Amino acid sequence: MNIRFAFLLPLALLLAGCPSTPSGPEQPDAPIETRVPTVNAGSVDGRDLPNELRDPKNLLSQRSVYFDYNSFEVKREYQELVSAHARFLVANRQHRILVQGHTDERGSREYNLALGQKRADAVRRVLTVLGVQEEQIEAVSLGEEKPKNEGHDELAWAENRRGDILYRGEY
Amino acid sequence: MAGFFLNRFRSFGALACCVGFLAAPARAELVIEITGAGASRLPIAVTDFAGEAESARLVASVVRGDLERTGMFNMLAAPGVAMDESSAPNYADWKYRGADALVAGSVAPSADGRQEARFRLYDINRGLPLVGSAYLASKPLLRLAGHRISDAIYEKLLGEPGVFSTRIAFVVKNASKSYELHIADADGQNEQTALRSKEPIISPAWSPDGARLAYVSFENKKPVIYVHSLATGKRAVVANFKGSNSAPAWAPDGARLAVVLSRDGGSQIFTINADGSNARRVSTANSINTEPFFSPDGRFLYFTSDRGGSPQIYRAGASGGDARRVTFEGNYNVSPRVSPDGKKLAFITRREGAFRLAVLDLENGQTQILTDSYKDESPSFAPNGRMILIATETRGRGVLSAVSIDGRVRQRLSISAADVREPAWGPFQR
Repeated sequence: MNIRFAFLLPLALLLAGCPSTPSGPEQPDAPIETRVPTVNAGSVDGRDLPNELRDPKNLLSQRSVYFDYNSFEVKREYQELVSAHARFLVANRQHRILVQGHTDERGSREYNLALGQKRADAVRRVLTVLGVQEEQIEAVSLGEEKPKNEGHDELAWAENRRGDILYRGEY
Repeated sequence: MAGFFLNRFRSFGALACCVGFLAAPARAELVIEITGAGASRLPIAVTDFAGEAESARLVASVVRGDLERTGMFNMLAAPGVAMDESSAPNYADWKYRGADALVAGSVAPSADGRQEARFRLYDINRGLPLVGSAYLASKPLLRLAGHRISDAIYEKLLGEPGVFSTRIAFVVKNASKSYELHIADADGQNEQTALRSKEPIISPAWSPDGARLAYVSFENKKPVIYVHSLATGKRAVVANFKGSNSAPAWAPDGARLAVVLSRDGGSQIFTINADGSNARRVSTANSINTEPFFSPDGRFLYFTSDRGGSPQIYRAGASGGDARRVTFEGNYNVSPRVSPDGKKLAFITRREGAFRLAVLDLENGQTQILTDSYKDESPSFAPNGRMILIATETRGRGVLSAVSIDGRVRQRLSISAADVREPAWGPFQR
C-alpha cells in the first residue's frame, strides 16, 4: 500500500502590495491523501444443487418472471412457474432463495432499484401465500444494473423487466 | 477588490465558446473538453513560471488549464515573457494587450528538498498586486500546488472559493464488464482505482471530511452499503439487512447517514450511524421513498417518492414527520441534491421522454432545465455550488458532464472505450 501525503504549506497568504519574495510563518495544512489503494471485491463459491432445479425439462429450471411496463404484478402466465417453486420450497424447507427484481434502463438508478424491489416483493408475496416461509426468501433489487438484454429498445427493455429466482449455492 | 474585478468582468461582452482542451489520451484516462463558456470572461495572462523548466511548465499549465476550464476566463497568450512573482509588471504594456489580470510565478527547490511554487496575481487596471502565496510540495504533487494557486486566483478574482484542489469519484464500467470505483482530481488527472468488482457499484457519496466514500456494491448479488476509507482501503459494511440496502447520503455531521432499506418491505428511508448501528426508520408512507439527501443544516431530508402516483421530490424533517411536495412540473422528478448554500435543488426531470438536469430555485420556486441531453443521471454539486456534475450519454457511451448552474459552461469528461457513470463531487480539502 503506497500512501503518500501532500503537505502544501501556504508560506504567506497575503502578499498584496509586497513586491519582495514571498515569506512569512509556515502554516501547515492538514495532510491530503492522494494515493488510494485498490481493493478487489470478493466473489462467492457455488454449490451443487438438486438435479430437478437444473434439468432443462423441469419447470423448476425456469427462473425468470417477466413484468409489463410500469407493472409490479405477477402475470397469470407465470403463476404455474412460481407455484412450482413454491411447492419445491415447501417440500424442501432447508432450501433458501434470493429473488432479484430488475427494471429496464430508463430513469434514475436508485429509483429503478426501488421499482425492482416492488417486483421482487411481488414474487415473494405469491410464494409466501403458497406456503413458503419468510425465512426461506430474501427479496432484493438489482434495479437496472444487470440487464439480460443490453439493447436499448422495447424488446430489450421487456426482457429486463423481470424477477429472477436464485437458489442458495447460485449466489 | 474582488468586487471591483467582478464589475469590470461583467462589462466584457460575450465570447465564442467551444474551446478544445487537453487532448491526447495516451492511456484510458479521463479527458476533459469544454463545450461552452460564460457570457463574459475575464481576460487574464499567466506568464511562464521561472525556475527549473519541467516543474515550472507543469505548474503554469495546471494554472492555465484550471482557469480556462471554468469558462470564466479568457486566457491571453504571454509567450516569452520573462517574469516571476517578484518582478514588477509593465502595467501599461499588459493593459495594451487587453489583460485585466496577470499571474507570474516560479518553482524552485526548497531547503528541505521539496519544491516551492510561488505566484503573485496583479490587477492591471489599478496597477497593484492583489495576492501572492507560496506552496511546498514534493515533486509528484506539484500539480496540487498548481491547483492551490488556481484556487487562490479564482477566489480573489471572483469572490468565491475555487474547487480546483477538490476530488471527484465515479464508476467506470470496462469493456470487460468489470466495475471500478475511481477517484480523480477535479481536472480528471491523478486518477486512481479505489475498488474493483465484477458486480455493479453505484451511488458513491463523499463523507463531509472527504476521507471516506459510502457506496452501494452488488458483490454479494444484492445491494449492500459500504463505507470505504480512501487512505487505507479499509471497507466496512454499514447496512446489509435482509433485502436491499441503498442510496446512502451523509448527514452534514459525518456521524450518520440516511439510507434506504427494504427490510420492512418496500423501499423506506432510515437513518443509521456510520458504523452501522442504530438504524431508525424515517419515512412512513406506504409508497416508494428513496434517494434521501440532507439539507446543508442537517434539519431536512429531500427525497423521491411515488406517494402521489408519479415520482416527485418531497421534503421532510430529518427524523421524520410530515412531508411537503417540492416538485410539481412533469410526471418524473427524481434524484434531489441540495446546493451547498441550501438555496437550490438540482434534480433530474423527464420531459418528452428525455431525462434532463434541472435546477429549482428554492427561494422563488423557478425551475430551469440546464441540458438538452436525453439520459442525464446522478447530479452532484461542486462544493462552491458553481457547477453540477452529472452522468449522461453521448453516442451510446456513458460520460460525465459538469454544467454551470446558469447552464452556460459545460465540460465533458470521458474515458475512451469505457462507460463512466455515478459521479460524486467531493468536499473542499482542508
